[in-house]
Amino acid sequence: MHEVSICEGIILLLEEQAVVQHFQQVKTLWLEIGELAGVELEALRFSFEVVSRGTLAEGARLEIQQPQGRVWCQDCTQSVPVKTRYDACPECGGHQLQVCAGDELRIKELEVV
Amino acid sequence: MCTVCGCGEGQAYEEGLDHHHEHFPPNDEHVQSGLLHYGHGPAHAHAPGLSQARMVKIEQDILSKNDSYANANRARFNRDGVLSINLVSSPGSGKTSLLTMTLERLADELPLAVIEGDQQTSNDAERIRATGVAAIQVNTGKGCHLDAHMVGHAMDKLPLAKQGVLFIENVGNLVCPAAFDLGEAHKVVILSVTEGEDKPLKYPDMFAAADLMLLNKIDLLPYLDFDLPRCIEYARRVNPAIEVLEVSASSGEGIDQWLDWLRRHRQALM
Repeated sequence: MHEVSICEGIILLLEEQAVVQHFQQVKTLWLEIGELAGVELEALRFSFEVVSRGTLAEGARLEIQQPQGRVWCQDCTQSVPVKTRYDACPECGGHQLQVCAGDELRIKELEVV
Repeated sequence: MCTVCGCGEGQAYEEGLDHHHEHFPPNDEHVQSGLLHYGHGPAHAHAPGLSQARMVKIEQDILSKNDSYANANRARFNRDGVLSINLVSSPGSGKTSLLTMTLERLADELPLAVIEGDQQTSNDAERIRATGVAAIQVNTGKGCHLDAHMVGHAMDKLPLAKQGVLFIENVGNLVCPAAFDLGEAHKVVILSVTEGEDKPLKYPDMFAAADLMLLNKIDLLPYLDFDLPRCIEYARRVNPAIEVLEVSASSGEGIDQWLDWLRRHRQALM
C-alpha cells in the first residue's frame, strides 16, 4: 500500500526538479526498483496513474528497470543472486547473508518538455 | 554560479556525465517560449523519436525527501542524547499494552515520551497519557505508516528531556513502515505468538529492518501450536543479526530483559 506514498515522493521530487531544471512536463520516467525493494510494480504503476493526475507528470510513461537481488554470503565470502530476502545462499544453503544490491528505489532519468 | 550544484556557467550539459543539467540565462527567449534547445532540434536524447523533449538525469532516491527529514530528526536525537525507538508490528500484537507496561516500569527512572501513530482515533495516546507519560497522537488518515516529516512535527509539540527515551508507536502494519526511516536509533518489531510463526518470511522487509524482535504474549505459548525455535530461525534467515527477546505484557515475563536492552542502548548514546 505504500506504493501511493512512493508515488507522492516521486511527484514531489519531479516538482522540485521542474523548478531547478526548467521543465513543465514529464513525458517519461526511468525508475530503478530493485527486486528486494519491497515494491509491487503493478501497484506502483496503478498508484502512479492516480497520484500523477493533475500534476506535471500526468500521463507520463513509466520505464522500470528491476535490478536483481544480490547478497553477500558471509560463509562463502562471495556475492550471490537471490530472489527474496529469505532465500538461502544458492551455493551453501546458509542464511548469513547481507543485501548488497536489489534494494534500489531511484529515479534515474526523465524525458521532459 | 549555478544554484543546482555551484558550478560556473558555460560548462553545462556534458553528455554521459552525471553532472548533466542545462543553464538558462533568465531572460532567454527560448526559456520563455518553453523551448529548451535553442533551435538545434532534438535534445541530446538517447531514446529514439524524441523531438523537442530533452533528457534529464537526476539519479535521486525516491525516498530522499523522507530521508532528509529523518536525518534532521536523527541529528536532534543525537544532539539531545535521546534514544528513539520505532515500534512496529501488525495490528493486535499487543504493542500498546507492552508499551504502557514499559512506561510504568521506567517512568521513575528516565524521561519518557511517546508518539502514537494510528490511522484514526486518539485512543492509544489516551492509554499512554493515563500512565503519566507525555504522548502525542498522529493520525495518518488514509496513510498506512508514519513518515519522518510527521515525526518531526510531533517532536516540536512534545516535551522530551535530554537523555530520555522516545517511543514511536507506528501504525499497525508489517509492510509499509519498513520503508520509511523516521530517524530512530532502532526499529523494534513485535510479533505475538498468537500470529503465525512464518510472519518473518511473509513480511521479510520489516524483519530485515529491525534490530530486535520481541516475541509477545509468550505466556500463551502452552495453549498454541506456535513453533518458537522455527519462528526465530525464520527471523534470522531474513536478518542474521536480529536480537530476540521473549516477553509477555500481561504476565511480565521477559520485561526485565527488555528494559535492560533499552537501558543498554541508551547508555551507548552517552
